Amino acid sequence: MTTTSLTKSRGAGHTGDKVFSAAALAAGCLILVVLFGVALFLVIQAFPALVASPDKIQGGEGFLTYIWPLVIGTLIAAVIALVIATPIAIGVALFISHFAPRKLASGLGYVIDLLAAIPSVVYGAWGVAFLAKEISPAYNWLANNMGWLPIFQGPASATGKTILTAGIVLAVMVLPIITSLTREIFLQTPKLHEEAALALGATRWEMIRMTVLPFGRPGIISAVMLGLGRALGETMAVALVLSSGALTASLIQSGNQTIAAEIALNFPEASGLKVSTLIAAGLVLFVITLGVNMIARGIITRHKEFSGAN
Amino acid sequence: MSKRIDVKDLNVYYSKFLAVEDVNINIEAKSVTAFIGPSGCGKSTFLRTLNRMHEVIPGARVEGEVLLDGDNLYGPGVDPVTVRSQIGMVFQRPNPFPTMSIRDNVLAGVKLNNTKISKGEADVLVERSLQGANLWNEVKDRLGKPGSGLSGGQQQRLCIARAIAVEPQVILMDEPCSALDPISTLAIEDLINELKDQYTVVIVTHNMQQAARVSDKTAFFNIAGTGKPGKLIEFGDTPTIFSNPTEKATEDYVSGRFG
Repeated sequence: MTTTSLTKSRGAGHTGDKVFSAAALAAGCLILVVLFGVALFLVIQAFPALVASPDKIQGGEGFLTYIWPLVIGTLIAAVIALVIATPIAIGVALFISHFAPRKLASGLGYVIDLLAAIPSVVYGAWGVAFLAKEISPAYNWLANNMGWLPIFQGPASATGKTILTAGIVLAVMVLPIITSLTREIFLQTPKLHEEAALALGATRWEMIRMTVLPFGRPGIISAVMLGLGRALGETMAVALVLSSGALTASLIQSGNQTIAAEIALNFPEASGLKVSTLIAAGLVLFVITLGVNMIARGIITRHKEFSGAN
Repeated sequence: MSKRIDVKDLNVYYSKFLAVEDVNINIEAKSVTAFIGPSGCGKSTFLRTLNRMHEVIPGARVEGEVLLDGDNLYGPGVDPVTVRSQIGMVFQRPNPFPTMSIRDNVLAGVKLNNTKISKGEADVLVERSLQGANLWNEVKDRLGKPGSGLSGGQQQRLCIARAIAVEPQVILMDEPCSALDPISTLAIEDLINELKDQYTVVIVTHNMQQAARVSDKTAFFNIAGTGKPGKLIEFGDTPTIFSNPTEKATEDYVSGRFG
């Protein structure tokens, strides 16, 4: 009499399962469709600019000549932002997760999260109205004392509206992203491993170097890549802060331009082939971001065996 | 290379809560001492005060003295980092560093205390420590592989190898076999028997047969009830504690008539 009870099942439970798995599948497909759609749009719209004769493109020397200074400018701004923001973010995250008294830590966490909520145009306004002015004496000093380095070659911009200022503003913008992500990662370090290090006679800093940082490594890389994504794509702040121009090695002169700011500043008045050129620039930015993310994934998976996830 | 521990009038607090009250105990060098008692009686807490690992827990503090061959661990100016490099610890769950290879796990503590060690010296030390933990033959061909790929029992022996690599005076073990199967447990118990030739070993265990098998002396801890502090009820030679204890509570506990 109990033989049939195994073949019976609760119908409602299965319906829930099916609905959920269908919804999850749909969401997964949707994100792919959207991504593919954007890529397709960019390629189709950019096509005229890619095949147009060189003299028709802005500058008159073809698309590649037009785009590569922008690519370099974008990377310079993003790299400045990350070089400044990453160590500070990791330091702040470690302070919050392992050094600060509990009350101070949660307060500080809120303040950092608040930084992420400020709109980028506000950062841009702050950068151009305050930071650029205040920082230009420092640029003069750099030009006078370290001018032999190509990146600090004078004469320094009098307004301070340079790629370095833009990079600093970007650093402030990506700081909260990297900080809050790495803080979460650091807090997840298993107590067991921290205690193992301490029991071997490690100081707090040695414990962090032995357990917290290696354990958090993939997370740190992901956080930095998210920050890089924002720095690469940030438009408003750079458009406001940077007095753009031709590619220059010096970070403290006006000049250089990023792809995102170039598109934002020129799009409203563009028409015809100019629109295609700008969209092609957008396509390039898309490819750069994709490439950066794939490299980051590669770095993370290469160390999977030692990641602590097994 | 091993020292004795004498504890005088030790109280352990979590903030204002008195967790362990008035412990006096003398632990001989080159012997195995087992702490037994019901859950929550403070034996693990007390064990942690022997190398100041309780300080990791916010609010935990002690009153009293713990003397390592006469030197007070809680004396002014004593650095807990130094204390822990002399008194090693093995934990309840095996915790090799997952981001390090087997070799680096063994060397982890040594590199802290003495950053300059030649590759040859390191090789010798790795082999000696792994031999000492009865693990060498099982891992000698894969020293570069992550320690987390080993079985639970092997991981625990790796942790013991890591602890003895720094040549401590005392090794504390907090229920080192509670997450292991009987065969791995036997391997660890054999190892404890060998370790006492060189080290002072203190082990917390829930397994009374284990205490009877491995220890020379046994300390029985108990609590009067929830919210009351844990106390050391009786301390003596292991055969005496298990066959002819002085206290009624000890007899009830070791004969399984507890509660």
